[in-house]
Amino acid sequence: MEKFRLRDVSLWYNDFKALKDITMDIVSGEVTAFIGPSGCGKSTLLKSFNRMNDLVEGCKITGSIQLDGQDIYKDPNINGLRKRVGMVFQKPNPFPMSIYDNVAFGPRTHGVKSRLVLDELVEKALRDAAVWEETKDRLKKSALSLSGGQQQRLCIARALAVEPQALLMDEPTSALDPISTSKIEELVTQLKERYTIVIVTHNMQQATRISDKTAFFLLGELVEYGKTEQVFSLPRDKRCEDYITGRFG
Amino acid sequence: MRQKITDTLLRVATWLAAALTFGALFFLIAYILTRGIPYIKPSLFALHYNSQNVSLLPALVTTVLMVLLSLAVAVPLGLFTAIYLVEYAKRGNPLVRMVRMTAETLSGIPSIVYGLFGMLFFVTWLGWGFSILAGTFTLAIMILPLILRTAEESLKAVPDTYREGAFGLGAGRLRTVFRIVLPAAAPGILAGVILAVGRIVGETAALTYTAGTVAQIPESLMASGRTLSVHMYALSSEGLYTGQAYATAVVLLVLVAGINTLSAALAKKIGKG
Repeated sequence: MEKFRLRDVSLWYNDFKALKDITMDIVSGEVTAFIGPSGCGKSTLLKSFNRMNDLVEGCKITGSIQLDGQDIYKDPNINGLRKRVGMVFQKPNPFPMSIYDNVAFGPRTHGVKSRLVLDELVEKALRDAAVWEETKDRLKKSALSLSGGQQQRLCIARALAVEPQALLMDEPTSALDPISTSKIEELVTQLKERYTIVIVTHNMQQATRISDKTAFFLLGELVEYGKTEQVFSLPRDKRCEDYITGRFG
Repeated sequence: MRQKITDTLLRVATWLAAALTFGALFFLIAYILTRGIPYIKPSLFALHYNSQNVSLLPALVTTVLMVLLSLAVAVPLGLFTAIYLVEYAKRGNPLVRMVRMTAETLSGIPSIVYGLFGMLFFVTWLGWGFSILAGTFTLAIMILPLILRTAEESLKAVPDTYREGAFGLGAGRLRTVFRIVLPAAAPGILAGVILAVGRIVGETAALTYTAGTVAQIPESLMASGRTLSVHMYALSSEGLYTGQAYATAVVLLVLVAGINTLSAALAKKIGKG
């Protein structure tokens, strides 16, 4: 079943057309990878799934993006949308507060007050993000004392704590070392059973390792979209083949 | 060879500059302490001032009062304006440019001008007379640009990734600003407040024309009163109690040092979160 349904989505930053008539469906329970050279619009598209582009001045979007059949750009409840569609950023961005408070920030935002419920949610999120063992004895310590890889898993835990349905990941491993990267990749494969995951990546190997579907973007256009094996072994489009084989990008 | 000489010269110059700076400060403080401490006696802290005891206690009370009241007016105003400018106003908004330009201009005006304005506006036109209230508002206007600009810079220094993180979790702007951005900016904002305290404590020109120079503990906000600096100025210009003026300077130094230590500790505590 499709989680996101995009129809003729175009996006402008003032006069610059960053996305051109994107039409695609993103299926729930799968990992979809967005690949393409820098500036191709893949992050921009990802950010329109939870309307983070609204924060950019001069950004205008046309067409429709539906989440479970509802047009997200017609629903004024943006905070509710962002609760349902979580996001993990390129650089780990824990808040300058304790590990516990980082994870509890989301639930507290959405009205959870009970200490017991919060304790439970925090533990569950940290376990799901595979960072519980490393943090359980130092929940009151500052999140900034963690390593980069731990911080990123904490950020995943923080996103999971609000119990989203989908998770958007914007190059989540680009700032991490290989070991932390493999931990995050492993985590993504575990999480896809429960969440629809869309991941932007610069790393072809990563896309082949963890994704079910791959979408290739170039200059704001969706050039190729299909099952990952097919896109990487038998790309239909010449431009996609050139990119995958390393002829540019 | 030539390189070596330049190196040595530069090193000597650096040391000399550091030594001179430190020396001047040290000399100043030592001078004030040696001149002032002998005059610190219990009578200097009598509840009521008269020409026998030359008590500075009323001035001390007025100083603390003036600091607290001016901050109470200026900090919320400056801080909320900064929040508006950084977090809410759209880029290129003409109002933002205007507020910024006004703040820059205001921060360059000599304090005597604020004094004159305070006297004409608060004291005369509003009919508040020489009063703590008139002094408070004059000083509040004086430190407002300082508070505004330091708060603005501190808010701008908070990484946008924090804001993105909070928005991404479904937090609204208000919650993001107050729970994430403001705590992260608190140490910088407090540094601005400390600077402002320094200006209030050290101010004389703007106060003699607005709060007056009565050397008693003010009975109400409409009463006149003199801060320690004004007290010092009065004592030394009268020329009869120079020793007591130095003693006042010692108390002032201790007060400022105390306020700074307290604020630094507070900033550290908030900054750790």
